[in-house]
Amino acid sequence: MSSRDNGRGVANAAPRSSTPPKSALRTFRRSVGPVVPIVPAAAIMAVFFVGPILWAVYVGFTDQGLTGAAALNPQWVWFDNFERLINDRDAHAAISRTVAYVLLVVAGQNVLGLALALLLQKRNKAMKTIASGAVVLAWVLPEVVVAMLWYAFLNTRDGTLNTILASVGLPGQSWLIDQPLFAIVIASVWRGTAFSLLIYSAALEEVSPESIEAAQVDGASGMQQLFYVVLPSISRLILTNLLLTTLQTLGVFGLIFALTGGGPGGQTQTLPLYMYEQAFRYNLIGYSSVIAIVLVVLGVILSAFYLYAFRKGSK
Amino acid sequence: MTLPSLAAPRPRLHAVFANVTLAIITLLFLLPLIWLVLASLDPGATLSLRAPERIALDNFVEIGTWELTFRPMMNGLIISGLASLLVVVLSALAAYPLSRYTMRYGDHFLYTVLFLSALPVTAIMIPVYTMFVRLRLVDSFLGCILFLAASSLPFAIWMMKNFMDGIPIEFEEAAWLDGASSLRTLRTIVLPLMTPGLAAVSIFQFILMWGNFFVPFILLLDPAKLPMAVTLYQFFGSFGVVNYGNLAAYAAVYSAPVIVLYLVVSRVFNGAFRLSGGAKG
Repeated sequence: MSSRDNGRGVANAAPRSSTPPKSALRTFRRSVGPVVPIVPAAAIMAVFFVGPILWAVYVGFTDQGLTGAAALNPQWVWFDNFERLINDRDAHAAISRTVAYVLLVVAGQNVLGLALALLLQKRNKAMKTIASGAVVLAWVLPEVVVAMLWYAFLNTRDGTLNTILASVGLPGQSWLIDQPLFAIVIASVWRGTAFSLLIYSAALEEVSPESIEAAQVDGASGMQQLFYVVLPSISRLILTNLLLTTLQTLGVFGLIFALTGGGPGGQTQTLPLYMYEQAFRYNLIGYSSVIAIVLVVLGVILSAFYLYAFRKGSK
Repeated sequence: MTLPSLAAPRPRLHAVFANVTLAIITLLFLLPLIWLVLASLDPGATLSLRAPERIALDNFVEIGTWELTFRPMMNGLIISGLASLLVVVLSALAAYPLSRYTMRYGDHFLYTVLFLSALPVTAIMIPVYTMFVRLRLVDSFLGCILFLAASSLPFAIWMMKNFMDGIPIEFEEAAWLDGASSLRTLRTIVLPLMTPGLAAVSIFQFILMWGNFFVPFILLLDPAKLPMAVTLYQFFGSFGVVNYGNLAAYAAVYSAPVIVLYLVVSRVFNGAFRLSGGAKG
């Protein structure tokens, strides 16, 4: 934000320019000129991103379908889709399932990412390269590949996990059948930890060494330094990261869709998968738009929850 | 414990503890990959973890056909390549005035962009599908590219602006005094100075789009147009009949470009690829 101020004097783009305009055309150029490069990006975002968002809200009030009469000529149905949502037990189950999934994944990847970032501080270059390399590798892999890897890893018959457990004398499990939520959570944490690690590593570099030294001089233990010096000084980035990872996790589709398909028996059917099913299997586009709105609202509620918790914590 | 002579062993113990813990976590992170590596080199692979009886490249040879591998790969390159190119060009253009000028609605625009970048794109896929049906953009590369670009632009603009803010303005002042237009200044002075940032944004965008499954899965129908993200899912979805060695090789081929790109970025720019743009919350 700060370096933007440098441009003011030279570019004369600010309306408060001191030199008097020489002609109307010139004034127009000066005030509109700087905006021109933004136009292509703004136009594409408006048509193909903001447009669909507004469209989703509109469609939520119609009986829009995928095929048949409801596709060609959808009717305005007011709050029918919202009423359906209120009475739809499967949707309620999907909402609570989604909240559980998101909270577990966000907690897992933030704790693991922060712990890794703390452990990686002051390590030698080789350790840093290898450890962060392995974690970030999990992040750059495409989500369908991740789903496949975890399918093989958690496979019942001689999957990697069961083979390892057997080698130390522990019984295996049909993880994807018996613990499906655990399966999608651990696969998502595995994939998402890198994001938190990258953000927390950058954040920890900004913590002033003086304040840590001061705490050490005062005789603070490692844990005390962490909780009273380090964490408070990066609290803003923790909050930002919680928000970002929550919104990312809410939108996870491909990983769950390819790993469990929402099953068994709908046990891993989060809202995005439920939305997809309502639209493409039951032909209910209008209703699935309402579910999309719920998904966004859920993001807003969770964000507000973090903001509230942080404000309370800092008091 | 208060004696100075006793202070030394503790940090060393701490370092040993940290290194051991890190080694264990690293190993745990690599575990799920072992099956992929072994199975892709094992002509008789199953879903089970086992050492190959014979290490061979048969799986890679068997999947090397136009319909199965090369066409989806080319489709993916066209979609992800063009979309990320579009995103980089448009976000650089948009970020320049946002970084350099004070504009009346500049901050409003930036906060809108930030808000949009946080929205889960998944939520609007179904409305996008019905909208694209009406616009006749379903099942076309153009529609898929435009949507991918539009949904990636908010974050890219934010990243690009943060990189641009880091470039000192003095060089441009000279060019402005010589009468160069702002677009010319951007092209000849600013962009060359922020090559690492540009590369980071392009590669980051490409990696995200190459791995994106939902967008092409919803917007493309013709099997001849599908990228590897979707064909791998179809391959993987045909359980039972599938040859797992081939499947593992296919996943390895599909993952190779992003792994190579990641290695290039982390090697060449050593640290520039830290989401620096996104991290400044």
